[in-house]
Amino acid sequence: MPAPLRLQGIPASAGYAEGPLFDIDRPPAAYAGKASSEEERTSLQAAIGKAVSRLVAMVEASDSDAAGILEFHIAMLEDDALSGPAFAAINSGLPADLAWRQALDAEIAGYTASEQDYFRARATDLLDIRDQVLRALTDDGGGAAPIGAILYGEDIAPTRFLETDWSAGGGIALKAGSAASHVAMLARSRGVPMVVGLVDPPAAPAGIALLDAEHGSIVLAPSATETGSFREALSAFAGRQVNARTFLAQPAKTRAGTAVRVQVNIAYPDDVDGIDIATCDGVGLMRTEFLFGKTLPDEETQYRAYRKVLEWAGAKPVTIRTVDAGGDKPVPGFTVEEGNPFLGLRGIRLSLTRLDIFRVQIRALLRAAVHGNLKVMFPMIAMAEEYARAAALFAEEQAGLVARGVAQLMPPLGIMVEVPSVAIAPEAFAGVAFLSIGSNDLTQYVMAAARDNAAVTHLNSVLHPAVLRLIGSVAVFGREHGIAVSLCGDAGGDPASIPALIEAGLRDLSVAPAQLAMAKAAISEVPV
Amino acid sequence: MSASAEATILITHAVGLHARPSVKFTKLAKSFAADIEIALAANGPWFDAKSIVKVMAAKAPKGTLLHIRASGDDAGDAVEALVDLVRRDFDEGADHARSA
Repeated sequence: MPAPLRLQGIPASAGYAEGPLFDIDRPPAAYAGKASSEEERTSLQAAIGKAVSRLVAMVEASDSDAAGILEFHIAMLEDDALSGPAFAAINSGLPADLAWRQALDAEIAGYTASEQDYFRARATDLLDIRDQVLRALTDDGGGAAPIGAILYGEDIAPTRFLETDWSAGGGIALKAGSAASHVAMLARSRGVPMVVGLVDPPAAPAGIALLDAEHGSIVLAPSATETGSFREALSAFAGRQVNARTFLAQPAKTRAGTAVRVQVNIAYPDDVDGIDIATCDGVGLMRTEFLFGKTLPDEETQYRAYRKVLEWAGAKPVTIRTVDAGGDKPVPGFTVEEGNPFLGLRGIRLSLTRLDIFRVQIRALLRAAVHGNLKVMFPMIAMAEEYARAAALFAEEQAGLVARGVAQLMPPLGIMVEVPSVAIAPEAFAGVAFLSIGSNDLTQYVMAAARDNAAVTHLNSVLHPAVLRLIGSVAVFGREHGIAVSLCGDAGGDPASIPALIEAGLRDLSVAPAQLAMAKAAISEVPV
Repeated sequence: MSASAEATILITHAVGLHARPSVKFTKLAKSFAADIEIALAANGPWFDAKSIVKVMAAKAPKGTLLHIRASGDDAGDAVEALVDLVRRDFDEGADHARSA
């Protein structure tokens, strides 16, 4: 019996899993060679066909992001230019598996050698494609992990995640990986526990392991004592989840009875379809970048999207953020390419340079305002002049609509507090209607740690005294000047951060819909 | 009668002629009978526009002047349709609006 070994990593999707380790880097089973080249060709053809049909089945069960990746894999597999060299190699005497591997490795080398990050990253897709066919060739059931297993390895391919049966538990523990990866997002939405960036991992451990993706660790070869306390933590976590559901229908308040407003963050108008408005206090952040995803949206498209959410919310407030493109959210035909996009032309800075686009959004918002309780906020404000310019544009567009006899209403105009200059010197903003703290950006700018970089995750904490002190002083400024202050970053829905945020003086949090219940439950434990 | 057509178009898509744009580009190319090729320079090398493997291998990043040429009955329509797809940024953009 090997000694227990605890590895530390970074939590990417909260939860607990106890189960057998499954090595996802394990090479496919040995291929049984055929008697003739003719049979080898048939065997490879069939394996490619099998891989394609597996992918087609996965596309049907996927969201549009995942489907985009899968359709790329399908198109590559269906292209004779990919398999051509492999069939040629079979004709010259190689077995199907070796021929396919050599052909794909040559293709992969071309991507690995690219000077462009994007194309170099596609090598992962080619590896995924190579292994899907190799697994189909050796017929080892796609290398499917046993139900309830903890998938362990370097990194995980999206197809691997999508083809795994998560219905009976299981989890993911990765040596590399990132909490910002596409698979991490899928894991969070499906409630699959996941830890990334394991420190000093052994190559290919086996046996039962304990994955704690709430705190970010895994125990290999656990002792009976460790298993016992792990199961207690697991059932406490499950209990908190069940318990949280009972809080969902209640207004949130702390143990001392202090009321805390809990609103939701949404990205798409359709997000509200799955939410009962009675369970939240409104929409604290509606992003509008989605509208700008494909092409620049016209006024009517935007108006309809805003109106839908306002009508859903009824009398409860809906805070819509003007387009926050740039940074990690490029929009073709709108954003500019920059060396350091997080510090460049993004959010309100970009909108104020592209008035043709900004004015369309402003008109759509003014018109939608008559259909509910709208508030509008500007992202990435650093100086009061930016707010003044944006507010002046609202007044100009309102005058235009009035002149044309179009129904409209001026909403209260507020700002995001995410650039440290605003949090440090809020007195310049005494005239705004409300302040909404964007804790993700505020934290990354205060700590100088990119939020999508796993190597600096340890620095990116809202609980650092520097960040908490800024949040506290913004809350004080708001109280003294009668300006409402809320918070709409990820920290608002994180049970570990909520006590500190309430203690810092916040009484208004906006969280992802999936975190609503847990956030309310966590608030109820806060003593203040 | 066999016709031929050619055009050049600037790629403005954020990361260039990459995975998903390539899927759309080759699917559209395959809907025409004409032989269609692309290149990153007027003097080649030329890649088969109907093969996603070849199109990806061209590794055309944002800002590339893409050369498209076709020969066959519907060559004119084919070039026009492909140029239009590139101009529309492949009907896609920032699909991933990440957190606040």
